[in-house]
Amino acid sequence: MFSNRYIFIYSTIIVAIVAVALTLIAVGLKPYQDNNIRIEKMQNILKSINVVATPKNAEALYKKYIVKTFTLNAQMKPVDVDAFSIDLAKEVKKTDISARLYPVYIACLDNGDSSYIFPLRGQGLWGPVWGYVALKNDFNTVLGVMFDHKGETPGLGAEIATETFQAQFFGKQIFDEQGNYRSIRVLKGGAKPDDVHGVDGISGGTITSRGVDKMIFEGLKAYLPYINYRKKI
Amino acid sequence: MKEPLFSSRNIKLLSGPLNLNNPITVQILGICSALAVTVQMKPALVMALSVTVVTAFSNLIISSIRNTIPQRIRIIVQLVVVATLVIIVDQILKAFVYDVSKKLSVFVGLIITNCIVMGRLEAFAMAEKPWRSFLDGLGNGAGYGLILVAVSFLREFFGSGKIFGMQVVPRIMYENGYQDNGLMILPPMALITIGIIIWIQRSINRDLIDKS
Repeated sequence: MFSNRYIFIYSTIIVAIVAVALTLIAVGLKPYQDNNIRIEKMQNILKSINVVATPKNAEALYKKYIVKTFTLNAQMKPVDVDAFSIDLAKEVKKTDISARLYPVYIACLDNGDSSYIFPLRGQGLWGPVWGYVALKNDFNTVLGVMFDHKGETPGLGAEIATETFQAQFFGKQIFDEQGNYRSIRVLKGGAKPDDVHGVDGISGGTITSRGVDKMIFEGLKAYLPYINYRKKI
Repeated sequence: MKEPLFSSRNIKLLSGPLNLNNPITVQILGICSALAVTVQMKPALVMALSVTVVTAFSNLIISSIRNTIPQRIRIIVQLVVVATLVIIVDQILKAFVYDVSKKLSVFVGLIITNCIVMGRLEAFAMAEKPWRSFLDGLGNGAGYGLILVAVSFLREFFGSGKIFGMQVVPRIMYENGYQDNGLMILPPMALITIGIIIWIQRSINRDLIDKS
């Protein structure tokens, strides 16, 4: 039989050893993990302009296509913050909306046109959803989109991350002919074939679809002053 | 008398779990993750390796300190060791095979609750010497991995026409009306595939059939 004293000392020592080991490992591997996250972000941004990058060539392709990045504050005035380093998850959590920062990425495409990429973040059914919308230089037509999620149901809500869902967005427009902001709606029951402001929602993924719908609507709405300003010039 | 490192008794620890004492098909342990991570071969292989590393080393560590562990807190001590190893494996995967670690998501963390790991600790490592325990862990991890790789091979081949992400079903087959079986990608087919493997195994080894 072991005494209580022995048990206490024993558990304390075990826990201390484990704590030290885990700390060393976590600190040692952090740079590699951070780099993986950075490269994934580059891949995601590139995907929104329909450039498929592997982890190996993501950095080179990002340098090639993304020619400029900048950050806007809530009044849509440029601020001196590195756009790439902004974590949108933290920005949307800020209770003070006027303190939020809005990154913008500008890509130069193979045909010489520029494209403007806006990052978005919203809420799905089980957790956050996020993505990037790339607009053509008319600031109206969608060049491409990229969506991903933390833990939506595979086969249902998780379908937002598939090519089939995202391909629907190509060529859709966020403004109607009168210039009113319409966003791109993710419609339950499907969009009409000639609807330039809507795409088909996902059967069985209604709440995720609504989340994406709201994310695009709210996300681009925040950029509207900037988009409208750019449309005029 | 000192026993050689790879005596026939020790080899049996490695080979037993591959067939007659397989953790998945005979002991029916670790089914949950076997269903979840077998859509493609690459995640299945990484998962198999992770579980093997965790069972082998937790067996080794627990067996080395088995005489110092107070009976009353032995499960807690086992859990601390297993959890530590799992976190280390998870961190390493996140650092070096990020895409696979994303696919495996929670299932690496859930190795902690994998019945195979705790089962081997309680049934074997608490009573046996470190080297034998280490082999037992390797064997059981490999037995688990064998089934995972077999199931994922069938699922990836019939479900997406690929092996390790490489297209193996030629394009000409698709042009002539061949279609991938979408059902193979869904979890129920993993269960049915494992069921079929169990059926085949028991038809060959009739001793495994429950007499009652």
